[in-house]
Amino acid sequence: MVVPRRPSQTVRRAIIAVPFFAAIALAFRLNSGPIGAPADAANPGFVLTDATKAAGITFVHKRPSFDPKIANVEPHVAALGASVSVTDFDSDGWPDLYFTNSRFGEPNALYRNKGDGTFEDVAATAGVADLNRPGEGVSMGGVWGDFDNDGREDLLVYRYGYLALLKNVDGKRFEDVTQAAGLHRWVNSNGAIWFDYDRDGLLDLYVTAYFRSDIDLWHVTTTRIMHNSFEYADNGGKNLLFHNVGGGRFEDVTDKLGVGSTRWTLAAASADFDEDGWPDLYLANDYGPEELFLNDHGQRFVPVKAGLSSESKSGMSVALGDAFNRGRLDAFVTNISERGYLFQNNNLRLNRLVDSKRFVNVAEGAVADAGWAWGAQFGDLNNDGMNELFVANGFISADRNTSYWYAMSKIAGANGRLFEDAATWPAFGNASLSGYERSRVYLNRGAAGWTDVAARVGATDTYDGRAVALADLGNRGVIDVIVANQNQPVTLYRTTADSANHWVGFHLVGTRSNRSAIGAEVIVESGDLKQRRIVDGGMGFASQNDRRLHFGLGQREWVDRVVIHWPSGTEQVLQHPLIDRMLTITEASR
Amino acid sequence: MTELAAAASTPLSWKDRARRIDPRYLIAFLITLVLVLAQLRYHIVGGYERLAVALLACTATEALLSWFDRGKVVNLQSAYISGISLTLLEKPQGAALWPIALGGWLAISSKYVLRYRENHLWNPTNFAIVTLLLVAPERISVLSHQWGNDLATNLVIWTFGLVIASRVRVLHITLTYVASFFALNTLRSLILGQPILPEIAPITGPMYQLFVFFMITDPRTVVRGRRPQMIVAVIIALVEAMIRFASDQGWPLPTAFNAAPALVALWLVGPVAKWIDLRRAGPRKLAPVPSPEAQVAPPVSARESSPAVSAVR
Repeated sequence: MVVPRRPSQTVRRAIIAVPFFAAIALAFRLNSGPIGAPADAANPGFVLTDATKAAGITFVHKRPSFDPKIANVEPHVAALGASVSVTDFDSDGWPDLYFTNSRFGEPNALYRNKGDGTFEDVAATAGVADLNRPGEGVSMGGVWGDFDNDGREDLLVYRYGYLALLKNVDGKRFEDVTQAAGLHRWVNSNGAIWFDYDRDGLLDLYVTAYFRSDIDLWHVTTTRIMHNSFEYADNGGKNLLFHNVGGGRFEDVTDKLGVGSTRWTLAAASADFDEDGWPDLYLANDYGPEELFLNDHGQRFVPVKAGLSSESKSGMSVALGDAFNRGRLDAFVTNISERGYLFQNNNLRLNRLVDSKRFVNVAEGAVADAGWAWGAQFGDLNNDGMNELFVANGFISADRNTSYWYAMSKIAGANGRLFEDAATWPAFGNASLSGYERSRVYLNRGAAGWTDVAARVGATDTYDGRAVALADLGNRGVIDVIVANQNQPVTLYRTTADSANHWVGFHLVGTRSNRSAIGAEVIVESGDLKQRRIVDGGMGFASQNDRRLHFGLGQREWVDRVVIHWPSGTEQVLQHPLIDRMLTITEASR
Repeated sequence: MTELAAAASTPLSWKDRARRIDPRYLIAFLITLVLVLAQLRYHIVGGYERLAVALLACTATEALLSWFDRGKVVNLQSAYISGISLTLLEKPQGAALWPIALGGWLAISSKYVLRYRENHLWNPTNFAIVTLLLVAPERISVLSHQWGNDLATNLVIWTFGLVIASRVRVLHITLTYVASFFALNTLRSLILGQPILPEIAPITGPMYQLFVFFMITDPRTVVRGRRPQMIVAVIIALVEAMIRFASDQGWPLPTAFNAAPALVALWLVGPVAKWIDLRRAGPRKLAPVPSPEAQVAPPVSARESSPAVSAVR
């Protein structure tokens, strides 16, 4: 019998070396993208055209300047404030746009939609422009809601400074009612939402806080103002919940209801996630895990883990949408990724609260990494019946040849006591930090995943995107995209969708519920399509979408059924509504 | 009764028993403990599938290659430690698992391919992570702030690290590197006119502490002799300081250099030092190293000049 001879050691090592070096080559190849993955979708079914100039929108955001004692980190601290919110403040049926500015003396803008594809800035005459003043603070965003149910959309502006509540008097002018409302509070806030947590028909207000509220960024008494951890910081400002008690007054019920998180909350969103009839709260926290507060019959909020605490990241925004037409509202939370340094990855959390009391993160591939991602929104841009995702990106675009990431890496892993002090941070100078990043537009291919089609559809800007809002600006049955960019001009992308696809829209008017119908959830059923949307009281990052709900139907030529869950708790069912039009639905009164 | 027989019949004290425990078991236990605590407190693993893939890739590679190269499957503890180390230190993009799998393969196979006089030259985990950072920076990052920036975490690693470093007699390497880091980076900040605190801040982070306790002290890839070991530690710190200086100046370096200067410095200096050491020793002076299994745990008598085990392998 012949025993096969083992090859010599040299030969054996040479044989091992082949797959060894092949593995290095494979890693190099995979660095440029997955092998065999679709590079792009051949026909996304829509095109985005930059129509900012044509629309007459000339707004340019200006960032603030702060106390020279924190000048070394000012580009970082002053990197927020560009926001966009959609409303129809003059009730003419055309959605208008509100943009905030963040430098003393620089005006906010209220662009009235003239209905012909163009806008005019009426902020000054309306009295909502001059909100960036020494001693009062600078605007970080605005959110619209009819808090007094008079049929006019009112405006809450949150600032690094005092809150400002502006009552819509007659659809043309606004009156500052902050003091009378009991909302004259200094909050270093980057977000606020309207919602009716106790279902009394009056919109309540949740305000998120970023820096502690005892900090005046123009007159700091200490440089220990930064977060105490990059992953589990809990030394941010305290979020506030204001209960609308009627008569134009609010009371602080934060502690009573148990929602005073001191994490560095950048965004909040509300929906009835567990389908018990009461609106819950979802928070995206910078330097920390997301938080979910379940509403216990309007009496208190109960913090639950729901699978959110296992991945602590840097939550920048939270957008709600039905990712895979399951009839549930899922959450997309953006995070930070930078090649070689950090992959926090975005979270696409499927809502399985009803089934398993948790959210399940299914983000992978392109949708998991959008760079330093900020605002995002779900919207059916091609009207095919599936939600796309638009994500704004980029943090600080300055010197293209200097990156702060290396400097950041010196302190990012260090002990929290060190970088809690702003004085410890290396000076920013004119460095960029994840600057010049492009927006992402993720085409929803269902089980096949999400494909970034931004370049193909025409979303090519590399501004420092912050807030994203979606609205059918032309009442054309198509969702347009508005992006507020930090220290840069606004971008308005007008959408051209596949004309073969159908759609239906709903303009809800509350009666027993708040008149804005904020928090109403609508489920459209059409054949195999079942999709849920919510009337937006603020979501994403520093943004608010068109309150009218838009559903793409694809080739489906009818809708079987529409179920409306009003914030009051009542349910309304519509059978076979007309399609390819906006339907105004008024809640049945008592 | 001979002295040997008498010694054999005398009950061992607990200290003696502890000393006789194979250091590999101690290291495997402690690094597992670090991982478990970090996962419980900070969810550091980022998905248990990563841990499973890392352990599977490392142990399967070790088993396969040792069988192919030596004709038998060696003890897999070293591969297990490499798998844990990769899980702790390598942070891939998204839900991708291929960087973990390839990292495991590269770590272990480097021990069989990149050899000189029957010794491997690179710390396996260091080789895998830096190589991946160099060739696939779009998909890989290293441990940064995922450990919560908490003093308690530092204390845990220091405690475990001191136990291991003392047990395998490599504490002088750790301390030399730490002292050099402070001195050189203070000097660098003075030269550049930058505040000192940000420059010495990195060493307070867990990644650095894993590096100084468990990677730079890898006995199989350090040079022989206490003094040369300390000199190499200084050189590694020096090269790292030079990389940082270049980064401060904005020189166009590969991302790996900016993102993980300490790991790159070890990747550059370690094998060169080891190669010189082996070359100077000459083939006849080298103790026979017949198999990777034996490489993991040389005889106790050899530990004075070549400590027994690798922590982060």
